[in-house]
Amino acid sequence: MRTGASMTYELDQIEMREAYAGTLIEIAQKNSEVIALEADLMSAISTNKFKAACPDQFVNCGIMEANMVGVAAGLSLTGKIPYLHTFASFATRRAFDQLFISGAYAKLNIKILGSDAGVTSEHNGGTHMPFEDIGLVRIIPGATVIEVSDAAMLASMLRQVEQIYGIHYIRTIRKKAVKIYDEHTDFEIGKGKVLREGNDVTLIASGIMVAEALQTADILAKEGIGAAVIDMFTIKPIDRDLIIKYAARTGAIVTIENHNCINGLGSAVAEVLAEHAPTRLKRIGIDEQFGRVGTTDYLKEYYGLTKEHIARKTKELLGNR
Amino acid sequence: MGERRNYLEKFAGEIRLKVLKMLNHRGFGHYGGSLSIVEAIAVLYGEVLKIDPANPDWPERDYFILSKGHGGPALYAALALKGYFSPEILYTLNDNNTTLPSHPDRNLTKGVDMTTGSLGQGISAAVGVALSHKLSKRGNYTYTLVGDGELNEGQCWEAVQFAAHHKLHRLVVFIDDNKKQLDGFTKDICDPIDFQEKFNAFGFYALKVNGASVQEILSAIEEGKQQMEKPVAIILDSVKGQGVRYLEEKTDNHHIRPSKEDQQAIDAAIHELELTLREGII
Repeated sequence: MRTGASMTYELDQIEMREAYAGTLIEIAQKNSEVIALEADLMSAISTNKFKAACPDQFVNCGIMEANMVGVAAGLSLTGKIPYLHTFASFATRRAFDQLFISGAYAKLNIKILGSDAGVTSEHNGGTHMPFEDIGLVRIIPGATVIEVSDAAMLASMLRQVEQIYGIHYIRTIRKKAVKIYDEHTDFEIGKGKVLREGNDVTLIASGIMVAEALQTADILAKEGIGAAVIDMFTIKPIDRDLIIKYAARTGAIVTIENHNCINGLGSAVAEVLAEHAPTRLKRIGIDEQFGRVGTTDYLKEYYGLTKEHIARKTKELLGNR
Repeated sequence: MGERRNYLEKFAGEIRLKVLKMLNHRGFGHYGGSLSIVEAIAVLYGEVLKIDPANPDWPERDYFILSKGHGGPALYAALALKGYFSPEILYTLNDNNTTLPSHPDRNLTKGVDMTTGSLGQGISAAVGVALSHKLSKRGNYTYTLVGDGELNEGQCWEAVQFAAHHKLHRLVVFIDDNKKQLDGFTKDICDPIDFQEKFNAFGFYALKVNGASVQEILSAIEEGKQQMEKPVAIILDSVKGQGVRYLEEKTDNHHIRPSKEDQQAIDAAIHELELTLREGII
């Protein structure tokens, strides 16, 4: 882990999709019960490499997400460990009842990778832009919801969920993320990662917004505001103790997510605060809007997800002291 | 065949009797679609399935997934008669805190292979089980039973395409073609036209049998097992309320809360069935 002002915010060496395919090959080669499923997005997530390496453990289901989730359930019934991928919108919005009933209610073991998180679906636009996937899976009893912030974390999560029975939803972008962790970082599902200390405010972020939060802390530091930064990569179960601790320490919390403010990271944090540690809170995310077409940079600006917007909203919160 | 047929017909009679008694006890339920699948369930649990009631989770077993989950009572009756649990439990159907909800739950009931009831989903899970057997080069069979109304669901046709593409020849899909769904006749709601043609066109080996004939169902399964390339569809030409004349003739027989008149007719059917079973007529 690299923390502090020296951080340079460079992109990872590898794309998230390469990390997915590469790590899954490694997992599958050790465990013949692991099966990778795709719904005609093999080329988009680089699992053509997986298919070449482990042809007997790969199934391209075609464009049938609902059936893919059901097939995964059937595979799990017989002891296999299915990892399925599709764009996050299709893994959750489209196949929600299948995930809910055939997956979770039936208490089966399915690992889901939802890709093209939020604004990073860029030129696929509003139809493909998942701002509600976290919320949909979060409301499923027993499901675990993870949003990864870089390739090292993605690899760690993929390896860890192989060992834990149940429904795991991992949200990711497909291309290069800002590198935050080195390959040997330990991550514990359910525990947030404190990346920077500060006493004036705590920025809690996930996914691509972690790098943005760190840069926001740089801006705030120049103005004499000490911002703690937490990578809350497990959105469910949320790290309640860490939230309470930093609420007490800083007295103000800002959540930052590339997702609808409703039922995402901000809601999860708000629920903890409201019940256990009422604290001034600002939720930054997508507010009552659908997706639209554009580059990630344009969309971050459009939806108010840049470090400048976050710094301004943080100061507004602190100004209301 | 004669002795086997007698046994299966008797087993079907016992299942039917249990279904009527458990629904009677509850006071309401899915009579129509539970009764229409009795013979198919009897053939599966009476003869075909490789199972061990003493060891419901036996990994080497064949799987049966009742995709039309509202037929649960027929499955429960068969499971109880096979010894998965005490027949007394049948009378807890839909009670508070029961292990027998109207729609099957694999985590509550011994012998239930998959949680079903959200229509269209069980067939996909069955396809997943069949795929798993194929990937692991296991020779086990997977059976599933879908309703004719259930085939309104698009997901079923995803599953059908997938099964045909992967040549899951040890998958047998029963279609309960009882020609009715909750709101009326299937031909009036979304005309299925011809299931046999459809399934053949989708790459299955499709057969049509009299859904009330254990012999025809058994023969169809045996014929299907000769297939080495295609998954098998067995269309059960059945009647909603099958085996109880009064219920067969009742127009609205999907979910019944019996009136006084209904109750008298059902009680008479139970009495008649008990007599025929006792006297060994079937």
